Amino acid sequence: MTASALPRHTAHALRRRSFTRLAIYATLIFWAIIYLIPIYLVLNTSLKPRAEVSLDQVWAPPQQVSADAFIAAVEKLSPNFANSIILTVPATLLSAVIGSLNGYVLSKWRFRGANIVFPLMLFGMFIPYQSILIPLFQLMSQLRLTGTLWSLILTHVVYGLPITTLIFRNYYAEIPDELIEAGQIDGANFFRLYTQVVFPLSLPGFVVVIIWQFTQIWNEYLFAVTLADPLTQPITVALSQLAGGQAIDFSLQMAGSFLTALPTLFVYILLGRYFIRGLLAGSVKG
Amino acid sequence: MRLNIDRLTALAVLAPSVILLAIFVYGFIGQTFYIATTNWQGLGISDISSVGLRNFEQLFIGSGLPFFRFREALVNTVVFTVLFIAASLSLGLLLAILLDQRIRAEALFRTIFLFPMALSFVVTGTVWRWLFSPRSGLNTLPTLFGGAPLPPDQWAWFTDRRQLITFTWADASRLVLIAIIIGLLAFAAIAAARRRPVQALIAGMIGLSLIGWVFLGGAFEALGNVVRPAHGVNLAMFSIVIAATWQMSGYTMAMYLAALRGIPEELREAARVDGCNELQVYRYIVLPLLQPITLSAMIILGHISLKIFDLIYVMAGGDNLRVDVPGIHMYLTAFRGNNFALGAAIAVIMLLLVAFVIVPYLVNAFRTEVRR
Repeated sequence: MTASALPRHTAHALRRRSFTRLAIYATLIFWAIIYLIPIYLVLNTSLKPRAEVSLDQVWAPPQQVSADAFIAAVEKLSPNFANSIILTVPATLLSAVIGSLNGYVLSKWRFRGANIVFPLMLFGMFIPYQSILIPLFQLMSQLRLTGTLWSLILTHVVYGLPITTLIFRNYYAEIPDELIEAGQIDGANFFRLYTQVVFPLSLPGFVVVIIWQFTQIWNEYLFAVTLADPLTQPITVALSQLAGGQAIDFSLQMAGSFLTALPTLFVYILLGRYFIRGLLAGSVKG
Repeated sequence: MRLNIDRLTALAVLAPSVILLAIFVYGFIGQTFYIATTNWQGLGISDISSVGLRNFEQLFIGSGLPFFRFREALVNTVVFTVLFIAASLSLGLLLAILLDQRIRAEALFRTIFLFPMALSFVVTGTVWRWLFSPRSGLNTLPTLFGGAPLPPDQWAWFTDRRQLITFTWADASRLVLIAIIIGLLAFAAIAAARRRPVQALIAGMIGLSLIGWVFLGGAFEALGNVVRPAHGVNLAMFSIVIAATWQMSGYTMAMYLAALRGIPEELREAARVDGCNELQVYRYIVLPLLQPITLSAMIILGHISLKIFDLIYVMAGGDNLRVDVPGIHMYLTAFRGNNFALGAAIAVIMLLLVAFVIVPYLVNAFRTEVRR
């Protein structure tokens, strides 16, 4: 190896490297644009005054920005937005709290048969909900709950239990058993151990579960369209019906889509790290 | 003493959830199975009688629109599942590998690729319906750069009527039956060779009885009588695949990225020292290590695609047979058509399809956990 060969070789490698880097960034930017195209169309359309929306000019930026579509969407969808909040918040919190207690039992108070009971519980989060929809509808009719938000809250709590239990069980597995044993020696009982030892360590677990459940319940459609009546419709159902009218108002639909997406999008951008953790927990092996 | 009370308390705390899930999952599934074996149509009708497996038989070989529609939906689901998994896995892997190259603004890119996961399928459906509307949307995108819009009859997206490959239901289901029989017999042979007599016996028995059913029980003849020949790979389905991949590929990206970050740098370094170039490092070290993730992702995406409902229902409506799926067909049959028995039968088949994917996965996950 001569003294002059080395720099030339390095320069060549560097040039090749920077070409590769360029290609990597170009590919990433290309795909980022593809992913963002729908967002551009949504905002572009919803910010145009209605008269300016024409089928062949959807990509041209608005001549003048108008909030009319958003005002109309808020007017039309705000009762449904409220329904979604009223149903999502208690269902999320309830399924999180119960899931936390279940996870505590399944990770720190393992009993014989737990390895059969828990997978059987988990199966409930994979089933197509069509396979329980008719009996569910029957039960809610018998309880005279169809058309109320209670039916949806109850439904979402029950079918949310598998995933919330799973996430907390895997999360609590990280808490050393010695902590529990030390508490037991100090005379703490089941509930004291939970409130004094386990619960104070649970905050990240709760953040993951609450974000996950909030997103799932807010976005859900099948239960909502089956169990709600026109007065209790959550926002997803109302959005799907915006398209039903005679003259399709695209700017209203796009503004409505944006409004529907806003809460979960907000949570995702604010707390994306925890959102991803919930996402990955769904693949069972935590 | 203390411990025993605590143990009982623990069981008492878990019990309500177990009971609720026992009722809402297993009890309801049992009831759906039962409804599927009746002729129950409409709420409040009292003279329900059992019809055995007739509803299932009708779905697979009956003539009449609802049954043809079911078979079309089943074919569509298989096509959708294969294309959607292939697209999401390859795009997710590509993005994950690119993001793993010490990228500046990695967090920003990650956020962009993953944000559709936070949206409702209803939002995705509403937005993509417009992107795919033939006289607007993507077809007019070229006008932004001064080009001519794409012709709507050539680029009809989810309203496209064309089919790529066509086949009859009889041929397709005969092929599937034969494949299942060969698979079962091969499994039995392998199990026998590995000295697992129970597995060999069960698989062999099922395989042989299927042969009997097919050739002596007249299953093949019955299939031959099925009318309405034209099922196929519908071009319209590709639009659904694009929208679903836009929403879900970020998920596979996140899974692959997490796995890539878990591969110790020393492994790659060792390969480089041994003379591997960067491509070979991926070919021989990284990709083999990602295989278990690929399997998990396939199962998660597979069970989502087998039960897909809201995306297609919102995007294309319920009446577009070219993109019909069992999830939509079940909902319309039961809750619009009041034919609860047939709806339940469709739901049972959906459940069996999903269980076929999920149960081995759950069993495997917990078997390895017990061993650990």
